[in-house]
Amino acid sequence: MGLGALTTLTQCFTDKQNEGQRVYAANCASCHMDDGSGLRGVIPPLANSDYLASHRKQLPCLVRQGINGEITVNGISYNRPMPPAEKLRADEIANLLNYIQTNFGNHNDRYTMQEVKEYLQYCPQY
Amino acid sequence: MNRNSNKSFFSNLFPMLALSALLLYGCNGKSGSGEQTLPILGERQVVERQVNGQTVEDTTYLTIPSFAFVDQDSQQVTNQTFDNKVYVTDFFFTTCPTICPKMKTQLLRVYDKYKDDSDVLLLSHTIDPEHDSVAVLKDFSERLGVSSTKWHFVTGDRDSIYAIAEKYLVPVQEDAGAAGNFTHGGHFMLIDGNRHIRGVYDGTDPADVDQLINDIPLLLKEKQHEKK
Repeated sequence: MGLGALTTLTQCFTDKQNEGQRVYAANCASCHMDDGSGLRGVIPPLANSDYLASHRKQLPCLVRQGINGEITVNGISYNRPMPPAEKLRADEIANLLNYIQTNFGNHNDRYTMQEVKEYLQYCPQY
Repeated sequence: MNRNSNKSFFSNLFPMLALSALLLYGCNGKSGSGEQTLPILGERQVVERQVNGQTVEDTTYLTIPSFAFVDQDSQQVTNQTFDNKVYVTDFFFTTCPTICPKMKTQLLRVYDKYKDDSDVLLLSHTIDPEHDSVAVLKDFSERLGVSSTKWHFVTGDRDSIYAIAEKYLVPVQEDAGAAGNFTHGGHFMLIDGNRHIRGVYDGTDPADVDQLINDIPLLLKEKQHEKK
């Protein structure tokens, strides 16, 4: 019984790890590329990106609302709108961001669900 | 997503072209020296004519018709721009949220490889000329950091662009239901100095683009032979 519960739990965690990658492939990879390299000068990289660490708190809202206007990543300016991903739930955004923050050469802190939900409450109103 | 429709375009067209390529290889491959050559793709017609009382067969190949578009420097780009050059062409739009970024990443590889070879040019047509003005294309190409004499991003009359896409055998269409409102094939077409299509590649597949990069020298070699 205990073993069964443990197996189920492990299964659950394993699935959740893949969840971030799945959400990435479905929503982000066609522009940011499978390896997070982006498109030179046009679409900013997620790989080894300073922006991810410096905008940790803003990222959940940026994913949900998209970006309009200029941003600077690793010293290079980009100015191309990113479409919003309004349909993503908070848990999907958390898994997605944890995937990005810990892959593509990034070694940043993971988010807790609580954290992501909190940040999403204060998204800027346009 | 319209990715699927792009893929299905591809799966319809690709076997056909691949097959014709395969069939043609047999003929062209035997051109004496045993050197590898690229087939001429597309429909062909055999026309008979009389020369000194003898019947001679002429084969006419699918030829890219005359065109005139405007590039990111407001310069006119026509067939003459590509006379005696080898060029790679594709169809895209700058706000495309699906396969275009991947295509542009791959086309950049071709650009980087042949940056210093003035016989190789690139030609990207927008299929959204209403949005993709000269200024938008200029901004796009400058951000990519590519030279406008090497890589022409062109816009022009909508119908002319869609008509020429058909000639290049690339499916494009407006589609209000698709992401970004357009669907189009992610093909790169390789064109020789005689306006013939010599190769078709999936611009979203790095392995296929490797093939393109390797095929270009075969056309450049033909060119050298012609000069002699």
